[in-house]
Amino acid sequence: MPEELLRVENLQVEFRSGLTTTKAVNGVSFTLNKKENIGIVGESGSGKSVTATSLLRLIPEPPGIISDGNIFFEEKDLLKLSKKEMRAIRGNEISMIFQDPSTSLNPVYTVGNQIIESIRTHEKISKKEAKQKAIKMLELVGIPSPEKRINMYPHEFSGGMRQRVMIAIALACNPKLLIADEPTTALDVTVQAQILDLMKNLQDEFNTAIIMITHDLGVVWETCDKVLVMYAGNVVESGTVEQIHDNPMHPYTWGLLDSQITESVNNDEPLPTIPGSPPDLSQEVRGCPFAARCPFAQDICFSKKPEMVETEDNHYVSCHFQTKDKRLDRKEQQNDRAIVKG
Amino acid sequence: MGKYIIKRIINMIPTLLIVAIIVFLITRMIPGDPAAVMLGPQASVQEVEKLTEELGLNKPLHIQFFDYIGNLLQGDFGNSLTYNQPIADLIMDRFPNTVILAISALIIAIMIGVPAGIISATRQNSILDYTVTTISLIGVSMPVFWLGVMLVLYFSVNLGWFPSTGMGSMDEGFFTFIRHLILPSLTLATIPMSQFARITRSSMLEVVSQDYVKTARSKGVREFIVICKHAFKNAFTPLLTVMGLQISSLLGGAVLTETIFSWPGMGLLIIDAIEKRDFVVVQGTVLFIALIFVVVNLVVDILYKVVNPKINYSSNKGGTS
Ligand SMILES: Nc1ncnc2c1ncn2[C@@H]1O[C@H](COP(=O)(O)OP(=O)(O)O)[C@@H](O)[C@H]1O
Ligand SMILES: [Mg+2]
Repeated sequence: MPEELLRVENLQVEFRSGLTTTKAVNGVSFTLNKKENIGIVGESGSGKSVTATSLLRLIPEPPGIISDGNIFFEEKDLLKLSKKEMRAIRGNEISMIFQDPSTSLNPVYTVGNQIIESIRTHEKISKKEAKQKAIKMLELVGIPSPEKRINMYPHEFSGGMRQRVMIAIALACNPKLLIADEPTTALDVTVQAQILDLMKNLQDEFNTAIIMITHDLGVVWETCDKVLVMYAGNVVESGTVEQIHDNPMHPYTWGLLDSQITESVNNDEPLPTIPGSPPDLSQEVRGCPFAARCPFAQDICFSKKPEMVETEDNHYVSCHFQTKDKRLDRKEQQNDRAIVKG
Repeated sequence: MGKYIIKRIINMIPTLLIVAIIVFLITRMIPGDPAAVMLGPQASVQEVEKLTEELGLNKPLHIQFFDYIGNLLQGDFGNSLTYNQPIADLIMDRFPNTVILAISALIIAIMIGVPAGIISATRQNSILDYTVTTISLIGVSMPVFWLGVMLVLYFSVNLGWFPSTGMGSMDEGFFTFIRHLILPSLTLATIPMSQFARITRSSMLEVVSQDYVKTARSKGVREFIVICKHAFKNAFTPLLTVMGLQISSLLGGAVLTETIFSWPGMGLLIIDAIEKRDFVVVQGTVLFIALIFVVVNLVVDILYKVVNPKINYSSNKGGTS
């Protein structure tokens, strides 16, 4: 029986400025077991980063506010912890790495200083011991001659090496959960693969669960057990990697899958994209948030928000036309597109 | 680094030479015959002529100039006729007084201005932020002489807490010394304090939303350390620039403040010398102030390197793999 590590229930995050309220995250729920990997995918602006940063309660307040929901981490209700208790979790039990390694390390301190700081924030050990540990971490993430590199500044490292340093910082206190917000997006393709490999290897060693945020489904297929598809602050579909890969249900997920680069795609053909753009999150949407861009949308889609429905074991989708007895035909959409192109 | 410093010191020479030329020309262009002004209206024509000759003012301008530069190169700043003292001694008499005033003003400005700016930035758009922003805006536009006079009126004349003029010597006791120091320091500190608050606030605002600040928070670091260690050091460069300029000008003597409070520093010396047309003193002190500026400038440039490891003066070893 897998042990539950994190349970997020109906998370709602808003940004309030003046008279407008932007609902960046609108009722996200999911669970994550120990040592499990979950991928969060979706176009940019769909609320992936806000969801992730909310887990550590690090969204800027004001203007942000977690207006509703629960976050249970092991036995603890994170939204009820004091600031001090929350700090004891950050970097210790839950760590985070960010998209752009060129800005996520502090340029005026050596990488050693930054790793040691993380260690000494949570462990009562001497500077010397912490330094030894930092060197070991650098070695573990594949940085050559770590004794020398530890005294260097971030600008003396390449992008990939900096992301390795970030991983070293994040894993230094052996967290139970690592949140990786597009950890490879800013890197060269060859380096991307190395970083992903590294993360996979380290996960085995550290027994960490990972929340992998990405807009690259390829990364999800390679690294994750579960997937959460987000659109405009909502989860529109969730399930295991196999379910989402082999049997995607939501028209938005289809759009994402179709716009992936695959080997079979004919190079002459431009990649299909999802027409239109995400809705303005500061406006109240009555129906399905994707309706305006959905090729299958009917009247009901604009007037009533669809419920999350379990269509097979642990595979959830929120669409009026995807229930146990109603099914859309994905082929139809692809045929439509062929006609448009033809 | 050493090489860089030597290069910079050599580069100071032309700067100082240009200042020397400009000061020389300006002192010769001030209307009124220095000899006549020095001797006063009762002096006879013969006396004035005699003094003119003693001062060398009857020689052609270029000869005067080469005499002046020649003396400077031998370390001779000349002698003051009104004070009957070598300029170097005069400066060394007055400069410590200016330093005392400058340092205490600077301490006030830094101790209040910088934290105010940091707090203001971390609580952007709060009442506290508006208060700091408003006060510091008033502060930078405050006429110093008016402020000085108001402080004297209130604290010396009305309340009698502090003396209104002069400098207390240490011999009269530390307390007397401090009492004399407070009003002039406050007056002098107002503008730099407000400026530091404004610069600190704006550069902190740029920095607090950076990713590395978020990284620090995500490590569980205390907010106080996030702000003071991670954010502030990155926001420090613009502040350092402004501080350098302020330190130079404070050390150069606060003309207005020293005049209001009769503080026997460099500022008062210059004003006095200009009034008495003691052009030798004017030349010497202005050149000395220029020297302070270039030295402080150099120190600031070296400090940039300490604050920001990306600046590399000694070699152009770039990033490795
Ligand atoms: N600091 C902020 N202030 C105001 N709005 C924000 C802020 N951060 C994010 N948002 C809003 O939240 C939405 C979702 O952002 P984000 O989670 O970064 O998207 P993603 O990571 O999926 O690309 C954005 O469209 C934006 O409107
Ligand atoms: Mg994002």
